[in-house]
Amino acid sequence: MDYMMQILPSLLNGLKMTIGVFVLTLIGSVPLGMLISLALRSDIYLLKWVMNAYVWVMRGTPLLLQIVFVYYGLSLANIMTLPRFEAAVITFILNYAAYFAEIFRGGIQSIPQGQYDGAQVLGLSKFQTMWKIIFPQVTKIVMPSVGNEVVNLVKDSSLVYVIGLGDLMRAGNIAASRDVTLVPYLLVGLIYLILIALATLIQRRMEKKMNFYR
Amino acid sequence: MLEIKNLAKVFGERVIFKEMDLTINDGEVLSIVGPSGIGKTTFLRILAGLLPADQGELILDNESLDITGNRQGAQVGVIFQDFNLFPHYTVKQNVALAPQLVKKVAKKEAEKEAEELLKNLGLVEQMNQYPFQLSGGQKQRVAIARALAMKPGILAYDEPTSGLDAESTKRVIKVIQQLKTQGVTQLIVTHDLPFAQAVADQTFDFGVDVDRGGSL
Repeated sequence: MDYMMQILPSLLNGLKMTIGVFVLTLIGSVPLGMLISLALRSDIYLLKWVMNAYVWVMRGTPLLLQIVFVYYGLSLANIMTLPRFEAAVITFILNYAAYFAEIFRGGIQSIPQGQYDGAQVLGLSKFQTMWKIIFPQVTKIVMPSVGNEVVNLVKDSSLVYVIGLGDLMRAGNIAASRDVTLVPYLLVGLIYLILIALATLIQRRMEKKMNFYR
Repeated sequence: MLEIKNLAKVFGERVIFKEMDLTINDGEVLSIVGPSGIGKTTFLRILAGLLPADQGELILDNESLDITGNRQGAQVGVIFQDFNLFPHYTVKQNVALAPQLVKKVAKKEAEKEAEELLKNLGLVEQMNQYPFQLSGGQKQRVAIARALAMKPGILAYDEPTSGLDAESTKRVIKVIQQLKTQGVTQLIVTHDLPFAQAVADQTFDFGVDVDRGGSL
């Protein structure tokens, strides 16, 4: 117990990094995913093609590889050198936006054509139709899938170790190899479980809140 | 008054209808009848601005309506067969939404008007309910109120009696007659001939009165 209390501050310090990556990724990737989902349905062929290619690359290559590429690759190619944290967050946003875009695209497709027709004959603009009629309904439909991605994101955030960022997992790693014990890993696991429990709780609350109509 | 002049619609090589001419006077109720699949709904979607026509003119109260499928505004109020109510809004919000968004009517005023319309259609108790809580007939009246809230030049119904029981059908007939006394011009697309004859001032038989042969 003493040992646990001893390593807890360093783990909590790592937790800050994990939560930072998690929150910023969510804030950036959900709206970006929405925009990409619209572009995926665009009438402009080139835009649609580019966005499809984007989603393909982002979902088709490991996130770990993408982090390495953005942090080291862009720097080595003399394109730009990003600080570690910014590189990690940008990569996470770009990656998760692709997943969210596919989830939203599926959600948009499941809205019956009649909803668009109903809005159009009332004179609503395309923007008003999406914003007031379609997206509120899509949000309810995609909530379980988004929740699933959020759980993945909490765990994926541990990948930032690859560019030397000190997150929760890395803090556990350091303590475990320094003190030659598995106890830090147990604690790390416990903290992840608490995080996921919190995320799940919030998701369930939101689902319940949106369940006022059918 | 709605004037339909030389309207035509073609799908590929197939002429759905052509040389369609029709006039509906103010406050008149016109039924368009004909068997299923003959093109009545296609015509209604063109009138609603949801589908482009290939030829012709639609003139509503001396103003030409867009027939390219890109119409702006709500000159034609439509009551769809499935009603297409917005499930995430209450009955009152369904009716008050478009005037606020499109005509920029203040929320309070739009809601007051919505309440008035719903009261007239016997939906006082349903105002704060969601569409899933309503019966088919109630949903239909909400759809009518929602269309009327935009003060359209004409109300167009797509198969208003499909899926309704005898009691609800009687109620629709009453509503249509009530709106007629208020001077609302109405067009009803239906395959239910007895219903059409019960409500309409004139009946247009899509199977007989339009030309479908040859090419444009």
